[in-house]
Amino acid sequence: MKMTTRYLGLTLKHPVVASASPLSHTLDGVRRLEDAGAAAVVLPSLFEEQIEQESMHMLHTMQQGTESFAEARSYLPEPDQFMVGPDQYLRLISDARKSCEVPIIASLNGHSPGTWAQYARLMESAGASALELNIYYLATRFDISGAEVEQNYIDILKTVKKEVKIPVALKLGPYFSAFASMAKRCDDAGADALVLFNRFYQPDLDIEELEVRPRVDLSVSSEIRVPLRWLAILHGHLKCNLAATSGIHTPDDAIKLIMSGADAVMLCSALFQWGVHRLGRLAEEIDDWGTEHGYESLEMLKGSMSQRAVKDPEAFERANYMRTLQSFKPIA
Amino acid sequence: MREGLPGRLHSQGLVRKSTASTCELRPESKETMSKSFATVDGNEAAAHVAHRLSEVCAIYPITPSSSMGELADEWSSRGKKNIWGTIPTVIEMQSEGGAAGAVHGALQSGALTTTFTASQGLLLMIPNMYKIAGELTSTVFHVTARTLATHALSIFGDHSDVMAVRSTGWAMLCSANIQEAHDQALIATAAALESRIPVMHFFDGFRTSHEVQKLELLSDDDLRALINDELIFAHRQRALSPDHPVIRGTAQNPDVFFQAREASAPYYKACPGIVQSVMDRFAARVGRAYKLFEYHGSPTADRVIVIMGSGSETAMETVEYLNAHGENVGLLRVRLYRPFSAEHFLAALPSSVRSIAVLDRTKEPGALGDPLYTDVVCALAERGNAPRVIGGRYGLSSKEFTPSMVKVVFDELKSASPKKQFTVGIEDDVSNSSLKYDPAFSVEPTDVFRARFYGLGADGTVGANKNSIKIIGDETNLYAQGYFVYDSKKSGAITVSHLRFGPRPIRSCYLVSNPNFVACHQPGFLDKYEMIADAQKGATFLLNTAVPADKIWDTLPREVQQAILDKQLKFYIIDAYRVAAEAGMGSLINTIMQTCFFAISGVLPREEAIAAIKKTIKKTYEKKGEHIVTKNFEAVDRTLANLVEVPLPAKVSATRTRPAAVSDKAPEFMRGVLAKIIEGNGDSLPVSAFPPDGTFPLTTSVWEKRAIALEVPIWDTDWCIQCNKCVMVCPHAAIRAKVVPGDQVNGKRPEGFKTMPYSGTDVPGTGMLYSLQVAPEDCTGCGLCIDVCPAKNKREPRLKAINLEPLPQVRERERANWDYFLSLPSVPREELRISTVKGAQLLEPLFEFSGACSGCGETPYIKLLTQLYGDRAMIANATGCSSIYGANLPTTPYSVNAQGRGPAWANSLFEDNAEFGLGFRVTLDKQNEFARELLTALRDQVGHELADGILGAEQNTEQEITAQRRRVSDLKDILASIHTPQARQLESLSGKLVKHAVWIVGGDGWAYDIGYGGLDHVLSMGRNINILVLDTGVYSNTGGQCSKATPLGAVAKFAAGGKPVPRKDLAMMAINYGHVYVAQVAFGSNDLQTLRAFQEAESYDGPSLIIAYSHCIAHGIDMGQGLQQHKKVVDSAAWPLFRFDPRRKDNGELPLQMDSKPPKLKVRDWAYSETRFKMLTHSNPAEAEHLMALAEKDIKARWDIYMQLAGMDGANDNAKTGGQA
Repeated sequence: MKMTTRYLGLTLKHPVVASASPLSHTLDGVRRLEDAGAAAVVLPSLFEEQIEQESMHMLHTMQQGTESFAEARSYLPEPDQFMVGPDQYLRLISDARKSCEVPIIASLNGHSPGTWAQYARLMESAGASALELNIYYLATRFDISGAEVEQNYIDILKTVKKEVKIPVALKLGPYFSAFASMAKRCDDAGADALVLFNRFYQPDLDIEELEVRPRVDLSVSSEIRVPLRWLAILHGHLKCNLAATSGIHTPDDAIKLIMSGADAVMLCSALFQWGVHRLGRLAEEIDDWGTEHGYESLEMLKGSMSQRAVKDPEAFERANYMRTLQSFKPIA
Repeated sequence: MREGLPGRLHSQGLVRKSTASTCELRPESKETMSKSFATVDGNEAAAHVAHRLSEVCAIYPITPSSSMGELADEWSSRGKKNIWGTIPTVIEMQSEGGAAGAVHGALQSGALTTTFTASQGLLLMIPNMYKIAGELTSTVFHVTARTLATHALSIFGDHSDVMAVRSTGWAMLCSANIQEAHDQALIATAAALESRIPVMHFFDGFRTSHEVQKLELLSDDDLRALINDELIFAHRQRALSPDHPVIRGTAQNPDVFFQAREASAPYYKACPGIVQSVMDRFAARVGRAYKLFEYHGSPTADRVIVIMGSGSETAMETVEYLNAHGENVGLLRVRLYRPFSAEHFLAALPSSVRSIAVLDRTKEPGALGDPLYTDVVCALAERGNAPRVIGGRYGLSSKEFTPSMVKVVFDELKSASPKKQFTVGIEDDVSNSSLKYDPAFSVEPTDVFRARFYGLGADGTVGANKNSIKIIGDETNLYAQGYFVYDSKKSGAITVSHLRFGPRPIRSCYLVSNPNFVACHQPGFLDKYEMIADAQKGATFLLNTAVPADKIWDTLPREVQQAILDKQLKFYIIDAYRVAAEAGMGSLINTIMQTCFFAISGVLPREEAIAAIKKTIKKTYEKKGEHIVTKNFEAVDRTLANLVEVPLPAKVSATRTRPAAVSDKAPEFMRGVLAKIIEGNGDSLPVSAFPPDGTFPLTTSVWEKRAIALEVPIWDTDWCIQCNKCVMVCPHAAIRAKVVPGDQVNGKRPEGFKTMPYSGTDVPGTGMLYSLQVAPEDCTGCGLCIDVCPAKNKREPRLKAINLEPLPQVRERERANWDYFLSLPSVPREELRISTVKGAQLLEPLFEFSGACSGCGETPYIKLLTQLYGDRAMIANATGCSSIYGANLPTTPYSVNAQGRGPAWANSLFEDNAEFGLGFRVTLDKQNEFARELLTALRDQVGHELADGILGAEQNTEQEITAQRRRVSDLKDILASIHTPQARQLESLSGKLVKHAVWIVGGDGWAYDIGYGGLDHVLSMGRNINILVLDTGVYSNTGGQCSKATPLGAVAKFAAGGKPVPRKDLAMMAINYGHVYVAQVAFGSNDLQTLRAFQEAESYDGPSLIIAYSHCIAHGIDMGQGLQQHKKVVDSAAWPLFRFDPRRKDNGELPLQMDSKPPKLKVRDWAYSETRFKMLTHSNPAEAEHLMALAEKDIKARWDIYMQLAGMDGANDNAKTGGQA
């Protein structure tokens, strides 16, 4: 089966991409992912708040106690060169681009429109093949409406699009009141791809220590169904590419998502659970399955089970819910 | 522009942009005709030349010279080259003795070598200095002249150290100011090469080493022009080489040594002429002329002062003033003190002189006169018809030396019978040596702008002022001077910055008086310090305060209001902390206060100044993050919008005056002497106020109520589980617990004083109440107690059983509670169960309220030591942080209990502390033995039962020690009635029959480096001593230099690229002896293990070593989270907890017990939570990764070795339970 796919203006050798994760945090890590067969590598998100926090902390800890005591006017040497902020991330981009064949997609998570643009520009200059904007905005304020939240996404996207020439993907969460409309607005605003979906880490409680603990659980295959539904609904209605992420562990998972309309599938949990070699193996298994089942190319597979293509489009809508309920029979 | 002095500077065209290139210190690659200026301190000025003229620098940190070595190291690590195009090698040694040895070796093998030192460090170099001079070896040592420790240590400046080495055969060249320190570093090197006499180039510690001035830089070509390469080749040719071998360091006998020693005499004879010729060549090249002895003043002067060092600057300024006002006086400043050239001296002295005063900045007790005086007398004696000479001492330990003191010396010379030997600058009411001077006399020119700033150490005031000086020095052709007075405390410390700006080089080497501008960066200081009484009329006063303009006047103390009105000050206020918070700067107010200064002082045109501030901000912070620059810019802009001038009312309205420094209930010595020092008036104390042998009382910090915390912990009885962990971790002993019989908490109890029923078994009795109380005015607000508190408020888990509340809201209430708490009885120590943290923390600490850093990681260990053994401890304390917060005047944290007992504490030196403490033990053992012999001999008279009771007493528990004390007391009563010499002897030694605890305390710089030889020897002796190493992994006190305890991969000074080798495993080295008790502890990870280690160490009848993890400000951590770092370092196995107890072998057990659980945190997860490691990932990520990988490997290997020694395969009981079993 011909496995190539187009994603973010790039021709990928197959659709299996390493998602943003700590595995691509270092150059060695990126190389390992490439060697394991990734068609592209998304770097971990550069968190703007983290950069600011880190550099403020560094400034504070380097300045505290200085010029207070006659015997010790400082406590740490002042380095000649100092890379804080995005410098290391930018270096990772350029090093990865230099030493890897596969496209390197930089990922950005920020909080203010000004800095989104600035960092995006820097990432482009450092050589990123494309950008993934990871907008993780939790509307906890009581005076902000859904419309304002949506508008903020669009504004950020437009700001970044204006700044850079490389393709820009938008990684979204599923929690919009009208996701189809939101996806369309993003498409209209110039998004080159939508990545569905961001798995938000939800807080947990430690009832012994009485503390809130951030908890990271690896995804499971059943989680593909949220992106599956929306991929199927969106496929064919938008100009931009679509990528699937969340819960992809097996070739079946990937094939289902591609059939729903994904141009690329992104792996993260599976790599932690099964090792990075899952990337190449999954591509092979998709290939084998497609060949076995008489598909000539990935393109043929892509969207073949989308809402527009299936016999029963309502299955992706509310009717599906009704049917599920009706078919549910409690065990006697 | 406002009228006034700066306006005049502008209108006269004195302030204009400097056309000279500025200030980045770098060797220049090509000759340039334009002059290059920099605004730097004396240390940087000297080091800048020394580094460029060296191949090797062997260094060791000591105040105030440390920064010369640090800069040399920094420059080399950045690849800066010497004038011959190679990067000098900089090596840190284990002591100054080691540095001198390495220097000697490097010189003997032909390298151009230097070092930097001071004070006791210089003394450690003496043996090698004799050798280096004896072998006619060309080198220069750069010395920041510092006081030698005598009755007390002092880090400040005088000539006692350099005078102590004047017989070594070294030339001694003195620089009086920062320009000279720069220039003469070159002259010294050129002269040493030519004369073959090694040169000690020195300048006054702090006054010159730390003063910031604008200077004209010497280019590389200037250096090359003065240094003759042929002489370098000759130096190399003389070096040891197997290609042309010689031997040096022979042993000589009575037949020849004397003659051979005289053989070098011609070199000394020639040396002064050579130095002068180098000075002349320097003048011809650079334009600044120097003389060995330089005369200033009237050519027909009848009275002359002879002086050396920075005091000569002040003297010169005064001479000019006096001659302009009709006097006929002169000054002879000494540059080359050794070899002393009488010929040059006499030639420089005007023939008109009738009387001379020689001023020495050192004291040679018992001598006929101090050194310079005796040399001058000797030189004059050769002339015949000598003028009258008197000698005086001034300026010891950086004591102020002002024009009024110079004037009074000239006045004394006028007198018919002047004092032959005098002091000036103090009131000597014991020997009546002092001259009385008029403090109001001033010679300061009116076109010099003078400013004084009062800041908190933490608020960035000094840094901002240094920036301001650089801005003015670099952007204008004004000369600028900055001098900074620091506190003796490390927490809540005040800094006072003294700045001058003027059209000529500034020679006023004394503090600013009559300022044009005063800034108070902390409102609380107005209640503590007199700061505007001497301000000029119409001067500007800037106050940082949260009180708005319409209310501020009424909050000021009466004295302040009066002074503002009397002097018609221009009074401005700014709420800097609010502006900082709004600009996202946290509590950093440096940029804000600096902006205020430029906005209202008029030193520079406002817009120009603001632009310059922004330029500096960009330069300073750019590499640390663009948003930091943005936030600082925002702070500048917001400042201008928030700076307000307060209109002055017509009259004083305040009824309150400034409160007294200490309570009137304090003991007399506290009120009469120490309180003066606290107020900043120590200079006014006469000689008679002081003990002549440096002995001071304990229990003094308790009277110094500093109230420096913004928030203090308040107890919530609803949730407290009475674990006493907060008491254990408090670095300042400011939170304490007591258990009291219920009926003792009576009607005097203040409203709000809390108790709860005691729950526990650590004290006997029923119906007991538990109280936990904070000393609100002694707490520093570090928050460690909150961090450690395990009891959460179940209704609102963000709160705990203790929570921070703003001090102003609780101060009065909690002060009353604290006083009441102190009045409650304590459970007698012998009745407490002290094997638990909870029980032990009911013991009274005899170390309280130190000036250590807020949240200090060392002091909880010392406090614990005093709780357990303070009433019978003798503590030998190595120089370092613990000696400074332990005994820096005005007060000491060591205290006595109700019986008057407490730790007997002394500091000898840095290098000899183990030996010093061993001396305690030897005395105790000898005198105990003698007392037992006497008691045995007197057994019949004393009574068999008592004598045998004393002689056979076990003294292992508190109860047994109390019983022995009782018996010894009875013995004394009986001895009083026995009238024999033996009884008198026993009476004087009877105290030694009670068991004493000897504790030898110090930091890792002492234990791992400079004092290791002694420590090792003391361990080997088998005597019953306890060594507590407060291991921060760096030289904390001198500012974070690398020690052998510094962990692999950490950045420290002298290891700016990350320490490439692992920390020395001191514990393992001691374990190898087999007979030494060794424990490695970290109280923040396992407090019970720490407690046990102390108890086992003390109970072990042999040498014990406790290596105590001490979090430190030099680690680059949030000090309020210090305990988290203990947990992390232990959990990562980078600091395994264990105890090695040789006694266990007697029971057939392996002596080593692991108290750490198997690693559960990655080494990097601990390390990168500290800036000392993290910063390398920003400056050199590849190297950081390389070193981290090595560190991980090393830590794993060490862990495995310890596990093997403990006979564990990872399944040991202790390791499972972390020693809690």
